[in-house]
Amino acid sequence: MEMTFPVDMNLPINLFTIFDMVLLSMLVIVAIAIVRLNSLFSIVMLFGVYSLLSATWFVSLDAVDVAFTEAAVGAGISTVLMLGAMLLTSREALPTPPLRRWTSLLIVTATGIALIYATFDMPSFGDANSPANSYVGMEYMARTITDISVPNVVTAILASYRGFDTFGEVVVVLTAGLGVMLILGIGGSKRAAGTAQLKATSTPEPKLPVTVAGAKGPASNHHVVLRVVAKMLVPMIVLYALYVQFHGDYGPGGGFQAGVIFASAVILYSLIFGMEETRRAFPPGLVRFCSVLGVFIYGGTGLVTIILGGKFLDYNMLDKHDPIHAQHFGILLIELGVLVTVAGVMLSIYYGFAGRYRELEDRNW
Amino acid sequence: MIEWALWLEWARYGLAGAMMLSGAGFMLIGSIGVMRLPDFYSRIHAAGITDTLATILLLGGMIVTSGFTQTSAKLALVGVLLFLTSPTATHAIANAAQKAGLKPRLGTIASPHPRDREDA
Repeated sequence: MEMTFPVDMNLPINLFTIFDMVLLSMLVIVAIAIVRLNSLFSIVMLFGVYSLLSATWFVSLDAVDVAFTEAAVGAGISTVLMLGAMLLTSREALPTPPLRRWTSLLIVTATGIALIYATFDMPSFGDANSPANSYVGMEYMARTITDISVPNVVTAILASYRGFDTFGEVVVVLTAGLGVMLILGIGGSKRAAGTAQLKATSTPEPKLPVTVAGAKGPASNHHVVLRVVAKMLVPMIVLYALYVQFHGDYGPGGGFQAGVIFASAVILYSLIFGMEETRRAFPPGLVRFCSVLGVFIYGGTGLVTIILGGKFLDYNMLDKHDPIHAQHFGILLIELGVLVTVAGVMLSIYYGFAGRYRELEDRNW
Repeated sequence: MIEWALWLEWARYGLAGAMMLSGAGFMLIGSIGVMRLPDFYSRIHAAGITDTLATILLLGGMIVTSGFTQTSAKLALVGVLLFLTSPTATHAIANAAQKAGLKPRLGTIASPHPRDREDA
């Protein structure tokens, strides 16, 4: 009854290898297309395609957590942010002067040759003696069941064994968000209105409906299809984000992915119903507070474990009678911190972009 | 009884295969349409076929293949999501093009190939 996938391991080359080769060739084609194009809009779209293709490739390599992140961050939210960045500059790239073109080709060729030369020293895929498959990685695989007892080893490594590294990553996310806010401004309504006036006098009206104003409440029947579908989708996306968050111990996913998915739900809402409504639902001050609060929750968990007599992020101190319960509790706390920071930073960056241009009138899109 | 179960199995995989093959066929038609049709609105119509009909047929084939399992339920959820989002995306793109002032090409369209022209 059970249908098995027709892979004969005795073949010199199996179907998955062919599948990987096709995906990698498509990646190369998309990359060349990105280099050759001048239209920034097409380039942003192709970046999304590139991310989706790499996510598919990661799935075929059994790296589902990485694939999930790539799909959510690369194809999802960065496409929106790049479109926002594009609206602040222009739709077309300037043609490159010939001298610079040849210099770039020289540098890229040299780097490519160096990289290909370096691959000769890389272990082959699935090599049992490679550093990834021996030493500490194998030990994590063997000890996760007794130490932490979660089925998804990636979560165990990310949140517990390497909790300190992940803390660093969360701080990096916050720092990146702070950098973007320093450049773009924080997207508050008053200052943004002044900036938008300035922009409106100097640049032509943006054609894309990236941000939309003038939602006249439920009485307005403008874009009724988009409104109805968005109203159905936003709760589903938020629910999915929470599922990804709390199911991260058992399946692929965790705080990073859930934060990005949650932020994308809010961005979808703002695209359809306008920035004003979104600012009322998620005030920019609250969003900025959240991006710091997450780091505080994460670091605070570490400090609490120190106070309880352990080392930084030593979750076993949280419940001295049942170490496995303590580990689960610690992972839950720090994943919550990751979720709050990532969602907050993504929304802050989006607000920063959205505060820079005038919103389209309802009749104009 | 065993005979019947076997026949049912055959019918199930036959149905799944037919759905997936027709889905793949519609996807091919849609791709050719996106390449070959003359203007934006007709191309988006071709893209809509791949987005909804072909994808739903492919997912339906997978659901029939996996039977009453959790996988089927997940595939059905993906199908519901695509059924909601894809037509909406097509609608939004067409609407944006219309608002931006793109006019559809109406009337007969001259073939780019000299073979098909009357004056050639």
